[in-house]
Amino acid sequence: MSERLVELEVLRYNPETDSEPRLQRYSVACREEWVVLDALNHIKESIDPTLSYRWSCHMAVCGSCGMMVNGEPKLACKAFLRNYEGVIRVEPLAHFPVERDLVTVIDDFMDKLKRVRPYLIPKEVKAVSDGEYRQTPAELKKFKQYSMCINCMLCYAACPEYGIIPKFIGPAAIALAHRYNQDSRDGGRAARQEEVAATEGVWECSFTGACSDVCPEHVDPAGALQQVKIRSTLDWYKEHLMPWLKA
Amino acid sequence: MAEGMSRKPYLRREGLSWIFRHPRYLRYMTREFSCLFIGGWTLWMVWGLKQLADGPQAWFAFLEYLKSPASIVFQVITLGFAAYHSYTWFKLTPQALPIQIGEDFVPGAAIAGAHFGVWAALSIAVLHLAGAF
Repeated sequence: MSERLVELEVLRYNPETDSEPRLQRYSVACREEWVVLDALNHIKESIDPTLSYRWSCHMAVCGSCGMMVNGEPKLACKAFLRNYEGVIRVEPLAHFPVERDLVTVIDDFMDKLKRVRPYLIPKEVKAVSDGEYRQTPAELKKFKQYSMCINCMLCYAACPEYGIIPKFIGPAAIALAHRYNQDSRDGGRAARQEEVAATEGVWECSFTGACSDVCPEHVDPAGALQQVKIRSTLDWYKEHLMPWLKA
Repeated sequence: MAEGMSRKPYLRREGLSWIFRHPRYLRYMTREFSCLFIGGWTLWMVWGLKQLADGPQAWFAFLEYLKSPASIVFQVITLGFAAYHSYTWFKLTPQALPIQIGEDFVPGAAIAGAHFGVWAALSIAVLHLAGAF
């Protein structure tokens, strides 16, 4: 099995002893099929047990191991070492405060996610005895791609708007709100609009498109945000210029 | 939380370095920056309208100024930025305006292509009305 020596420059920060983060270099004998997460696991097991980072599934499902690899937001479990040359710099996700080493504080995203009500608010509440809420394949396809989001927050690390204006609700939360708005069984759009159509909602987005570029699940949050903008604009025109159309 | 554990989150400041982190950010900023030239050119044309309202002498002086080398350079740069802005913007239209027919979505190339087609047709019409051919 072929092995090569890979140099990793990892950002370290210990809140108990450090006043600011620093970079630490590790030389790791890596196998051809290893990803960045394998190298980090190897460092933790054999070189430096104090290194902290989040991970769980190692298969791009849990969304825990998001980090910056050579300045680009990546899932460490999906970033193959063979795709990089020279020293690989591994840092915590950009735009989030660093808790320790590669672990970030994600409270801001969790709060925003809660605020957009990313769950089904049924249009009509039915008793269990009335049966399931049925949906055609076409209705499912309308929102399915957005339901692939794994909350990994790579899109927040890629978004310059979020870096400049931290109040911006951001790509994943709005894309998830859009996912439910697009669902034929849902009736919660008006409730979500309060957060999503606010200034700090879609209107902070200037369509950089980086969120969609870096999404490991090929969700298109940038598209979702533009669609929300268009619908919100139509709402405004209907309300102010054609009030008779209001239901 | 374990006893003795302290929290002191560190927020890293990025400044403007993000623009150079990946070519996509540079492309994005070029698109945004193009607005300055397009906006400037538009204000200039409004000023041209004022010259028209001020009478033949002012209007012909404005037309002469349009032919000056500095003015031509500015217009060529603005045209380049306007074309780049329009190209990048129309390329994004499939994301903003997806069309679903039955279970399937219309391919993005068809949506962007339709926008490019209308853009070309309108440009030809404007050039024709302006007497270019």
